[in-house]
Amino acid sequence: MKKDYDRWKKDKYLEGLKNSGIGRKNHTTISGKKIKELYIPDDLKGFDYKNDLSFPGEYPYTRGIHPTMYHGRLWTMRQFSGFGSAEDTNKRYKYLLKHGQTGLSVAFHLPTLMGVDSDHPLAEGEIGKCGVAIDSLADMEILFKGIPLDKITTSMTINPPAAVLWAMYIAVAEKQGVSSKVISGTIQNDILKEYIAQKTFVFPPGPSMKLIVDTFEYGSKEVPRWNTISISGYHIREAGSTAVQELAFTIRDGIEYVEWALKRGLKIDDFAPRLSFFFNSHNDFMEEIAKFRAARRLWAKIMKERFGAENKRSWLLRFHTQTSGVSLMAQQPYNNVVRVAIQALAAVLGGTQSLHTNSLDETYALPSEEAVTIALRTQQIIAHESGVTNTIDPLGGSYFIEKLTNEMEDEAEDYIKKIDDMGGMVKAIEMGFPQKEVIDSSYDYQKALEKQEKIIVGVNAFQSEHETIPLLEIDEHVAKHQLQRLKEVKKTRNSSKVKNTLRELKKAAQDDKNLMPYLLDCVREYATLGEIMDTMAEVYGRYQEPITY
Amino acid sequence: MPDKRIRVLIAKPGLDGHDRGAKVICRALRDAGFEVIYTGLRRNPEEIVSSAIQEDVSVIGLSILSGAHNVLFPKIINLLKEQGGEGIKVIAGGIIPEKDIPGLKKIGISEVFLPGTPTNKIVEWIRGNLK
Repeated sequence: MKKDYDRWKKDKYLEGLKNSGIGRKNHTTISGKKIKELYIPDDLKGFDYKNDLSFPGEYPYTRGIHPTMYHGRLWTMRQFSGFGSAEDTNKRYKYLLKHGQTGLSVAFHLPTLMGVDSDHPLAEGEIGKCGVAIDSLADMEILFKGIPLDKITTSMTINPPAAVLWAMYIAVAEKQGVSSKVISGTIQNDILKEYIAQKTFVFPPGPSMKLIVDTFEYGSKEVPRWNTISISGYHIREAGSTAVQELAFTIRDGIEYVEWALKRGLKIDDFAPRLSFFFNSHNDFMEEIAKFRAARRLWAKIMKERFGAENKRSWLLRFHTQTSGVSLMAQQPYNNVVRVAIQALAAVLGGTQSLHTNSLDETYALPSEEAVTIALRTQQIIAHESGVTNTIDPLGGSYFIEKLTNEMEDEAEDYIKKIDDMGGMVKAIEMGFPQKEVIDSSYDYQKALEKQEKIIVGVNAFQSEHETIPLLEIDEHVAKHQLQRLKEVKKTRNSSKVKNTLRELKKAAQDDKNLMPYLLDCVREYATLGEIMDTMAEVYGRYQEPITY
Repeated sequence: MPDKRIRVLIAKPGLDGHDRGAKVICRALRDAGFEVIYTGLRRNPEEIVSSAIQEDVSVIGLSILSGAHNVLFPKIINLLKEQGGEGIKVIAGGIIPEKDIPGLKKIGISEVFLPGTPTNKIVEWIRGNLK
């Protein structure tokens, strides 16, 4: 075979290029990974179907985590959304549910993401801009008004204050008469990728990890259907990493959470089935599909072999995907619909459990209702028209996709080993290692764009004038309205009870207890998010990032 | 201008942590021979203006993706005027809707660079506008 291949390459392929005057070129993925002109059986030496792929729903799950995959159930179409006031967003949720969306996903505004109230000086100009403003349980009650929490699943993108927002959600369910035992959803709750990439942090790594383990422990007993973490590569990729770095750092983050939970004394099979993942789907179609497949196999092996998990559910890498925000372009914005479709298709061919498709206008602002509808319809077209769901893992067995899957797994393992040797991910972050890797990759990509080694249609090639598109605008009245409600909440609540619960919370933090029950007490009394976070910061301190570029 | 290195402050106002663009610009300006000072994340207008004056920069580059530019930029410009920094050129980049640009230029933002701008355009602009 090798001989035939060499002959073909020399006489036909290279000769052909020479004759057409093109010459030999390097072909690389968007991550700069070298790709061969053709893949053949020799690229998969030692390939063993049972060991490397096996069947869907069987270890190591390369072909999918469920035996029935999309024949049993399609992926959850879950559009991340939130803007303005809780009333505005509640209306959008009802609209999305009416149009066939099957799960909710809450986008909070930046002050909430950072754990400060709307009346904090840093919140100026930010209220309701990037998501919905939530200061206290009062806002959360409005956000889910008329939406039965026992019937839907909700994902909340929230990190340092995740435990607090989760407590608010549990409290809203209580008010609806729904037990915490039946509610289902996800909190992102992944602080490690914040230090690496998204930079939404409040407390230093140690206390942050402690709070996360608190949610694992509390969830495994009291909220058994909740995914207490969504270990996220998405933001690492958006910050400029390569696909392999996204894969490696995410999986190594997962290992770090498991290790910290084990140190607390939790049993692996009690919490591991509730760990979930979140990946990016970028432009390079095949590389993305290989990344998803490699992630599943890598995690299954780590859980089984490294941690000795026995429950099969602990081996499963269940993941959400979002198409790449950073790949969307302001120039010729309608082209973004096509990019999103390709990325969404990669996620589906990669076997995602749920999917958010970005809207064409998101380089400018939060999406308009029309743009969100096109994004949702994109998923529905893939699900119902494209035919790709007819068979499970349709690309499995392709020489290229299997080789790429193997290589990505190997390269990710090298990174994981390196971080193990540094003493784990918290240590690696303190040394600035993953941060620097990401910045280096993003700068390399920028230089490749400027040399036109990489092409972005409409930006560094095929430019043309484009029309402006209608955009969603967040009125400044949202800020006024939100500040008014916050004032009212502070006036009407029982302030001595608030003080009391906050005092208890502080004491529990000092005594290193699991904080979840104390947080629930605080939110039930309408203590605000900012008050709760400040109380914890008195004990835990605040993280200061070293300033480098 | 090889005789004197141009000093630039790259600043991140606003609550968002999206620093990819800011860091790419820092590196590109550095590679172009400028002296670059980066503020780090979530700097309020007072902090940005006082670092700019202390560091004696000729240009401030504001990177913002949170949507709060219309509130924060005027504050920065006013503080610069109050503190004798009106000679410092202020340029901006990030997620800034095109329709906001005329208003920002009116208050004294010299140029707004939208996503997709090659970094050498920014380098050229700085060289060309510091006479």
